[in-house]
Amino acid sequence: MEKLDLLVTGAGGQGIILASDIIGETAIASGYDVKKTDTIGMAQRGGSVLSNVRIARQVWSPLIKKGEGDLLLALEKLEAARWAHYLRRGGIAIVNNHALPPLSVSLGKSRYPSDEEILNILKQRTDRVYFIEGTHCARDLGNIRTLNMFMLGCVSLFMPFEVQIWKDSISHRLPPNLREINLAAFEQGRKEIQGASL
Amino acid sequence: MAEKLKLLSGNEALALGAYHAGVRVATAYPGTPSTEILESIARFQDIYAEWSTNEKVAMEVALGASYAGVRTLVSMKQVGLNVASDPFMAASTTGVNAGLVVISADDPGAHSSQGEQDNRHYAKLAKVPMLEPSDSQEAYDFMAYAFDLSERFDTPVLVRTTTRISHSKSVVEVNRSRTVPAGPVGFQYNVQKYVMLPVHARLRHPLMEERLIKLAEYAESTPLNQVIWGERELGVVTSGIAYQYAREVFPKASFLKLGMTYPLPQNLLRHFASQVKRLIVIEELDPFLQENLQAMGIEAAGKEFIPRMGELSPDVIEESSRQAGLLAGSSSQQTETLPELPKRPPLLCPGCPHTGIFFVLSNIGQRAKAKDKTPKDSKLIITGDIGCYTLGAYPPLLAMDTCACMGASIGQALGMEKAGVSKKLVAVIGDSTFLHSGITGLVDGVYNRGQITLIILDNGTTAMTGHQEHPGTGISAQGKEANKVDLEPLVRGIGVKDVRVVDAFDMKALRNSVRSALDSPELSVIIVRGACSVRVPKRGEPRAINQERCNQCGICLLLGCSAIQRQDELICIEATLCVGDGCAVCQQLCPRQAIGPQSKK
Repeated sequence: MEKLDLLVTGAGGQGIILASDIIGETAIASGYDVKKTDTIGMAQRGGSVLSNVRIARQVWSPLIKKGEGDLLLALEKLEAARWAHYLRRGGIAIVNNHALPPLSVSLGKSRYPSDEEILNILKQRTDRVYFIEGTHCARDLGNIRTLNMFMLGCVSLFMPFEVQIWKDSISHRLPPNLREINLAAFEQGRKEIQGASL
Repeated sequence: MAEKLKLLSGNEALALGAYHAGVRVATAYPGTPSTEILESIARFQDIYAEWSTNEKVAMEVALGASYAGVRTLVSMKQVGLNVASDPFMAASTTGVNAGLVVISADDPGAHSSQGEQDNRHYAKLAKVPMLEPSDSQEAYDFMAYAFDLSERFDTPVLVRTTTRISHSKSVVEVNRSRTVPAGPVGFQYNVQKYVMLPVHARLRHPLMEERLIKLAEYAESTPLNQVIWGERELGVVTSGIAYQYAREVFPKASFLKLGMTYPLPQNLLRHFASQVKRLIVIEELDPFLQENLQAMGIEAAGKEFIPRMGELSPDVIEESSRQAGLLAGSSSQQTETLPELPKRPPLLCPGCPHTGIFFVLSNIGQRAKAKDKTPKDSKLIITGDIGCYTLGAYPPLLAMDTCACMGASIGQALGMEKAGVSKKLVAVIGDSTFLHSGITGLVDGVYNRGQITLIILDNGTTAMTGHQEHPGTGISAQGKEANKVDLEPLVRGIGVKDVRVVDAFDMKALRNSVRSALDSPELSVIIVRGACSVRVPKRGEPRAINQERCNQCGICLLLGCSAIQRQDELICIEATLCVGDGCAVCQQLCPRQAIGPQSKK
């Protein structure tokens, strides 16, 4: 692998930064150079969150150039559309098929885009778009907060790292009482993407 | 050694670098993007670390510790150095005893700040050396240099980072362990060095100038500054994160990468300039390096095409360099227009103790507007301050009219009153911000017979920056028991007679106390007390809306609570977001009693 540029996005509170930290740690443990950068601060309070993770033999900038992202992992579908232009042509988008309407939508001041509109925005960049029922699956697993590890499982199949290294990174970052359910979510995500169609 | 490789943020690396350099005292006031420096170093229990009341106090405590012979670190965000600038200038004048390193974390792009201030100018103003790391490895490595420089040249050292350095994570080879310099702890009396009477200050000034000359000599040969030779067609002078972007955009160029950006190595710069055909400077914000180069008579372009506003990125540098003819070919940026999508700004969280009081202010001030109601002229002027509660300025609450800097709300309200505005004046400030720099404003208001209403939003933490302790919480930065400064006796002690403490989730009490304070002819203080919902996640039974009773009036939506959503023309409460019993503010507002616990829906 020469380089892998990955964008992780969603709304504040969905566990995006933990997920991208684990990607970074897995890449280091697999012998790569890594840089990652997140929007935090004001964005913590439910705002749009974007995490850039860059993996290569040597990485300079932590920021990914527009149109050069290889993978887009979105925990919310409006956010997938918002950052789609960072994806390269033919890149891969993995999108949780779940809407968290921003306040302006609830107040009737703006309109949440339809599924078709979101897909069209993504299709301008790539045909390789996976819509995944992540929120649904995380709820079935018994804890909605495992959504990030479930989605991480999905994206892990497109990254050249060994499963055991992924699991070690997850175990390392989570408290003992949450390890089992999150590892299960990760496994479930890997299975889900194998059965998913474009 | 693989086990020594760690993925660290710039802030974590700065903290670890300082710890390994033998720091024994660390001080700070929280502020994005600097907060995690003190949070990280405070985890080492063999040093003393404190959240200071504000940055000025942090700098003074640090200065005292340095005088007493221990290596000391003080960190803050860029505007924090404004607050601390008085003791910072004094520290430069007196010099230090043990090493004193000051970290300023700047915020180009103003991701989480009231402005885009370039603090590199402070190094020149204070006549102190400045280092700028360009990734986490350098953040770690440079701390050792910074402390050595401080002691060798008898000066505080400014380490300047930016959001993209402080908050990005990159690989760090941890190649040192902690070594504490041997030396006695204790203060050595030296009136001429430490007592800045004018007669002594005048003696210090020539020493400061001499220090700068010696530092400039040091800059010529320090490994902090590096030349990376590539093709000689283009030479790039750069520092910090801009170096990383520039390497990516100009992979074949030659680079003079400055790790020490004040004072500058004149000979090295001249030599580099003479070896390349075209010289450019790539730097974020102001033309700090470029103007210094030009003052040396070195011809260098930079801000003619690199923006001086906003954060740089490889995209921005590539596009502006293309326009300047430095890069061939047409723009690689896509030509397709980006779709218009609903924005997702940060909001007050569900269960936030600030929501209720802002709704009351919005309502009494005739700001909150249900759909189809015509707006009226507001009855109140609400001066605001810095914290999560600044988000109360957004629709639908619209409950903040000013926000300038830490503590400004009180003085601003008083100034408007003294200027003679006829509307009622309300100043709104958080507990941590009040302790930081609101107290002196309140003293001014009492002394000068102000009649304003001051609302202190007491959520028992410094929430916006990620829940740090402060003097009002009674817990130290290292998680130990501390003395608690109580707001109510503090305010009374200043001389405020009309003081009331109100539950942040009791809408009736909030409304009554605001009305009565507004009617009062004297200065009133309302302490609105309620724990931050993120920090104290007391989740009771979520609220739900009885759709048979609900007539879609939309009053509950005016709270701006993200748990209350309109889905398919019905208003619903998202159960996974609602904090339930501990809040229930929406339930108290509903004119049709349509909101209640989920089980009684």
